[in-house]
Amino acid sequence: MPKLNGGEIIVESLKQENVDVIFGYPGGAVINLYDALYNSGLKHYLGRHEQGVVHAADGYARSSGKVGVCIATSGPGGTNMVTGLANAFMDSVPLVAFTGQVSTSMLGKDSFQEADITGISLPITKHNFLVTDVEELAKTIKEAFFIAKTGRPGPVLIDLAKDVTQKEAEFNYPSKINLPGYRPSFEGHRLQVNKAAKAINEAKRPLLYVGGGAIISGAEKEIKELVERAKIPITTTLMALGIYPEDRELALEMLGMHGTQYANRATLETDLVIAIGARFDDRVTGKLDEFIAQADIIQIDIDPAEIGKNLDVEIPIVGDVKDVLQEILPFIEEKENGEWQDRIRELKEKYPLRYNDDDDSEVIKPQYLMEEIDKYTNGNSTIVTEVGQHQMWAAQYHKYKKPRQFISSGGLGTMGFGLPAAIGAQIGQPDEQIILIAGDGSIQMNIQELGTIQTYNVPVKIIIFNNKYLGMVRQWQEMFFEKRYSSTKIPAPDFVKMGEAYGIWSKRVEKKSELSGAIREAMELKGPAILDVHIPEEENVYPMVPAGAGLKDMIGG
Amino acid sequence: MTHILSVSVLNKPGVLTRVAGLFSRRNFNIESLNVGKTENPEISRMTIVVRGDQKVLEQVTKQLHKLINVLKITELDKNAIVERDLILIRVKCTRKQRSEIIQIADTFRAQIVDVAPDSLMIEATGTEDKLEALTELLRDFGIAEFVRTGRVALSRGQAIK
Ligand SMILES: Cc1ncc(C[n+]2csc(CCOP(=O)(O)OP(=O)(O)O)c2C)c(N)n1
Ligand SMILES: [Mg+2]
Repeated sequence: MPKLNGGEIIVESLKQENVDVIFGYPGGAVINLYDALYNSGLKHYLGRHEQGVVHAADGYARSSGKVGVCIATSGPGGTNMVTGLANAFMDSVPLVAFTGQVSTSMLGKDSFQEADITGISLPITKHNFLVTDVEELAKTIKEAFFIAKTGRPGPVLIDLAKDVTQKEAEFNYPSKINLPGYRPSFEGHRLQVNKAAKAINEAKRPLLYVGGGAIISGAEKEIKELVERAKIPITTTLMALGIYPEDRELALEMLGMHGTQYANRATLETDLVIAIGARFDDRVTGKLDEFIAQADIIQIDIDPAEIGKNLDVEIPIVGDVKDVLQEILPFIEEKENGEWQDRIRELKEKYPLRYNDDDDSEVIKPQYLMEEIDKYTNGNSTIVTEVGQHQMWAAQYHKYKKPRQFISSGGLGTMGFGLPAAIGAQIGQPDEQIILIAGDGSIQMNIQELGTIQTYNVPVKIIIFNNKYLGMVRQWQEMFFEKRYSSTKIPAPDFVKMGEAYGIWSKRVEKKSELSGAIREAMELKGPAILDVHIPEEENVYPMVPAGAGLKDMIGG
Repeated sequence: MTHILSVSVLNKPGVLTRVAGLFSRRNFNIESLNVGKTENPEISRMTIVVRGDQKVLEQVTKQLHKLINVLKITELDKNAIVERDLILIRVKCTRKQRSEIIQIADTFRAQIVDVAPDSLMIEATGTEDKLEALTELLRDFGIAEFVRTGRVALSRGQAIK
């Protein structure tokens, strides 16, 4: 068998894993790997900053359901990746990140561009490896992919001592995995499954509370079946928007801090909550001991550590959500739940999402802007967001219809995620229209990635909700700090000139009468486009549950 | 309440850091942590004493299980184990006090392992209570320094797999 060097072994291993897209940024410690990539047939996207590179791989993974792959050099390359890894870790996104490292003989000597990236990334990766022996390389890559995508997915980092990428070994991609300490369970426990089915059949006011785990597991069909057969209303977290079409009767959309009134109110009245791939995050539950205190809880999750972590549950089931639902469904009786359905209908009519708008005014309200985008695209585009008020309006004022249609940084709330993630999402879903909903503050955090859009002519449409503020923080200052706007007024460059400097069609929109025309223009264009839409400076996101309050103490809406 | 966990781990680089890091990151209280080789050269055994209620213990166990190199976790039943701790104590002593200290050591089945003009070093093994009682008695003479290994434990009768 011919020998390959470490760089070539990585390329061949990636091909074995069916990887065709890589995001990366070169440097001395990975120069051998980049040499192997040259003419390898793998498509490499050069970002403009390693944070952008990881977020792009993350957006790619979220939109395609495949493992995202990214590369950075040693030292600053690796440390620049840190936020991206933490972001992927919090939202359980499968990534394999390669970082260069100094040569084995130089390790631990504060060598040029040496940073202990396995140490640094230890608490923010599902697992990581330092490879110092080329014979271990293929096996390590195999294990990394397996760990990244199975069980509860997450980022895995492989740190490559430089000499490993140079040295040669016979290439033998292992067919088997030997990880005795890693055995995720997929099927639910029979007894628990029966108990859950019985509880669902007997409940009078059941409620589905669905999180990102359901999207990862691909359980949309099973969830639809459960909702419609037993007439169970469904509310989702930010991470699960679109798992069930939001325009249907039983859809209550998002719950929690900025959830709908009807979703939050339903949590106060339900007698049985079926939590699916959701982790009772504080942005969802509000004050924990008040959250669905009156109801029993069934919790289905692939990660045993999520069960009972925040809240005690009556019927825990460890397993892959899709598998477990398939086990439960045969026992679920068809039902009308008439009274409960009526009540849900009533809540939806009585407490709709609403905002003040004046038909005659030229002011563009952000909620209206979001509705216009939904209207223009017929609710069919994939929406990627940054973090802040615009993110919440994007979640609220757009009806999501299918999984992977909403891509956003949930657990970590990373400003600067959106722009690079939108690039990755577009590459992962080449046939979909990707729209980035950005804040004027967030987009400045990885604005350099406009260069990546330009280089590869990535046709994302960027809509900046420009309120000239770090709006979400300003809102808290308005509500809880007597409008003392400490450092939240944020200057921005002229986004139109900026876009044009990167060769991207860009337009400013300040009047409502010009909005729909501008959206059409941007969307019909073949390539990327930027709309800098000026919205009121002091609009707030409602409803809102103040941090630490119970869901019954919602304000506004 | 304290719990004793016996954790077998694969001997991979960084495994101790992973376990120790998990405890500090998740805000678990660790009383002692001890690592040593086992009969299998690829596997080490950690004996970890954690403080917390049943819920904390459950989270600790589940989170530990998520570490890829953790093979098996057993909570040891305090009534069915042999547990030991080893202490080395250097006690200040004048020539006159020597015999008294040696007598105390004898009562605890401890050994004198070093003698200097103004101090003695004592080695003792036993349960935590026993070592604490010994330390308490020696305190009167003045303890120059001491070091303890922390608890190690094994179940009686049958081996932990
Ligand atoms: C990296 C990072 N730094 C700080 C924050 C805190 N933060 C949350 S929202 C927000 C304001 C975002 O402003 P902008 O992007 O303009 O969105 P808006 O709220 O105005 O819609 C800030 C500063 C964060 N989430 N992420
Ligand atoms: Mg803003």
